Amino acid sequence: MSDLLYSEEEEALRSAVRDLLGDHCDPAGVIARVESDAPHDTAAWKALAQNMGLAGLLVPEELGGQGATHREVAVVLEELGRFVAPVPYLSSAVVATEALLECGDAELLERLASGRAVGVLAVGLHRAPGTAFSVARLENGRLHGQLTGIADAGAADVLLVPAEDGGLYAVEAADAAIAPQSSLDLTRPLGTVTLDGAPGRRLGESAPAVHRALRSAAGLLASEQLGVADWALTETVRYLKDRTQFNRPVGGFQALKHRLAQVWLEVVNLRAAARSSADALSTGEDVEVAVAVAQAYASPAAVRIVEEALQLHGGIGMTWEHPVHLYLKRAKADSIAYGTAGAHRTALAALVDLQAP
Amino acid sequence: MTDASELRRRTTELLAAHPPATTERLDFLRARFDAGLAWVHYPVGLGGLDAPRALQAVVDAELAAADAPDNDPRRNGIGLGMAAPTILKYGTPEQHSRFLRPLWTGEEVWCQLFSEPGAGSDLAALGTRAVREGDNWIVNGQKVWTSGAHNARWAILIARTDPDVPKHAGITYFLCDMTDPGVDVRPLRQITGEAEFNEVFLTDVRIPDAHRLGETGDGWRVAQTTLNNERVAIGGMRLPREGGMIGPVAKTWRERPELRTHELHQRLLKLWVESEVSRLTADRLRQQLSAGQPGPEGAGMKLAFARLNQEISGLEVELLGPEGLLYDDWTLRRPELVDFTGREAGYRYLRAKGNSIEGGTSEVLLNIVAERVLGLPAEPRTDKDVAWKDLAR
Repeated sequence: MSDLLYSEEEEALRSAVRDLLGDHCDPAGVIARVESDAPHDTAAWKALAQNMGLAGLLVPEELGGQGATHREVAVVLEELGRFVAPVPYLSSAVVATEALLECGDAELLERLASGRAVGVLAVGLHRAPGTAFSVARLENGRLHGQLTGIADAGAADVLLVPAEDGGLYAVEAADAAIAPQSSLDLTRPLGTVTLDGAPGRRLGESAPAVHRALRSAAGLLASEQLGVADWALTETVRYLKDRTQFNRPVGGFQALKHRLAQVWLEVVNLRAAARSSADALSTGEDVEVAVAVAQAYASPAAVRIVEEALQLHGGIGMTWEHPVHLYLKRAKADSIAYGTAGAHRTALAALVDLQAP
Repeated sequence: MTDASELRRRTTELLAAHPPATTERLDFLRARFDAGLAWVHYPVGLGGLDAPRALQAVVDAELAAADAPDNDPRRNGIGLGMAAPTILKYGTPEQHSRFLRPLWTGEEVWCQLFSEPGAGSDLAALGTRAVREGDNWIVNGQKVWTSGAHNARWAILIARTDPDVPKHAGITYFLCDMTDPGVDVRPLRQITGEAEFNEVFLTDVRIPDAHRLGETGDGWRVAQTTLNNERVAIGGMRLPREGGMIGPVAKTWRERPELRTHELHQRLLKLWVESEVSRLTADRLRQQLSAGQPGPEGAGMKLAFARLNQEISGLEVELLGPEGLLYDDWTLRRPELVDFTGREAGYRYLRAKGNSIEGGTSEVLLNIVAERVLGLPAEPRTDKDVAWKDLAR
């Protein structure tokens, strides 16, 4: 049976990350930052990646990383979700890193693990593991084409670009044109990458690298969704104990209590699903099913939980000044990221032999 | 500290001293209890070894591999799930040594005399009276929804011992001898056609004070232990993947491709995912519990279990199409145990309706989660400071 709890070391890691993000990512600061031209919080990223060494959790020690597992990464992602922190952690420390681990590129892994460079896989954020993705054209060894919907492209130092020959290429960001797209989720902005004869270095085969990267991302995204959902529940309970209407705290009305109890139950389920997929990724056992189950459950659950939080906050929940909208946007975007719940259910149907008509 | 290898060693010793092939079932079970391998987290001398609860799985696996008889836990679910942990926590040393061993071996089956016709969700409003007379208590009243009372040797019972104080304060917890001449058990037929439950009429039942569990007037607190364990027992069973109600539907889906539609496929996959996540949540709860007593979190498991059972069994009837219009058997039967998967879809659909009512309605459990887990304000109460005898009835 998989270990669904948190170890003492994982709890210590959580509180260290939470302390750091508490200093960097207060809600008003995050709202102000994402409205600016520099939506990514580079100071928070530097503190996480370089000072705490968290960008290299998945990278073995001999390649300059921490040699930890997906379980620790999941705990970091829970806290990043709790603060909707605008840092390219999932993109660089998970997605790009997993792709590089598959290709075995020591030089780039070391750059990413140390936090000196941000790596971004140039595959649309919406792609599910195991599905088709867009590729760049190759002409005389140079890369051409436009790839859209690339998460955190604006923060990238190096892009990992799949090309038409089935290879995955490293392209320095300076050699590409990266334009921001106006994104639903302000805290994980998307960008368009335009390649016009960019030089690239072939790292290896793209299909296995992209599959590993997207599967890991989908499985660990559930932990980010848990962080988002847990914030929504905690804040809503706090608000409903404070807010009075009809001369009572509104949290005392049974209609609202039942809704919050239901939200709690979904958070509890979400935690079990997220821990299960993080544990499966770390042990390599039952990974495909565990990831598909986690995403099929987590995406609609996190959206519903934050939607409930918004409604239960009443009028203030609908404003720009209250941070609940950042969480709703993150939850909704996450429900499409790395495959929708429907895509993961379809994958599951084949995995557990429940075939469509 | 007792670890897995120590438990394996003790299990091997038990099997060597009492080979299952040549040992009477009951003798083997008694020897297993005496070896501390019945429920390893219980104290030494009471069927356990003070070991972590999670290590029970080690013992169970070894014994199953040796084809040793088990204590058929389904037959005495209330004894094992609810009576035993309450007796362990609140019982005297005499009560421990008298009751726990025959309870665990199944020699004595237990039932639970809690609900009454006028006290269902409002359990603390119960009116069954227990009046002290010398060393005995004389009990009069009526209980309902008593599963297994027709097979039970003993019952856990809550009764009112002081009508002059508010309702939660005047309750006392007893262990009731079901063979007492004042106990009358009558079948209660349900929507499924069978009678797994009973009404129990108590007329001048004499309970010795030595069979009181906990202090006089403290019965509501004692009952919380039972109720928290009940919710975990109902919602927190350890199951393999597809081990619950989803299993038969998935099987039908695989074996009967002609029944498949796209609409049912989407609903089936969604329920499959929710069943799997619910199973993981139960695993996680169990891992958390391995140290302590169940808290109010168990209510969540029971809520999920009830909703899923109802949705899945409803889907199953639809999946069967014209066969879903039929029912297997309306004969009045008195089952020894409730078998959710042993009968057909229509039975499961109807039986699952009880899952959101028995052991606390879903509405009451949502209140429990909101108030005791999330700390939200309690409902305004008009009955809290009023003596039970002055409450409207």
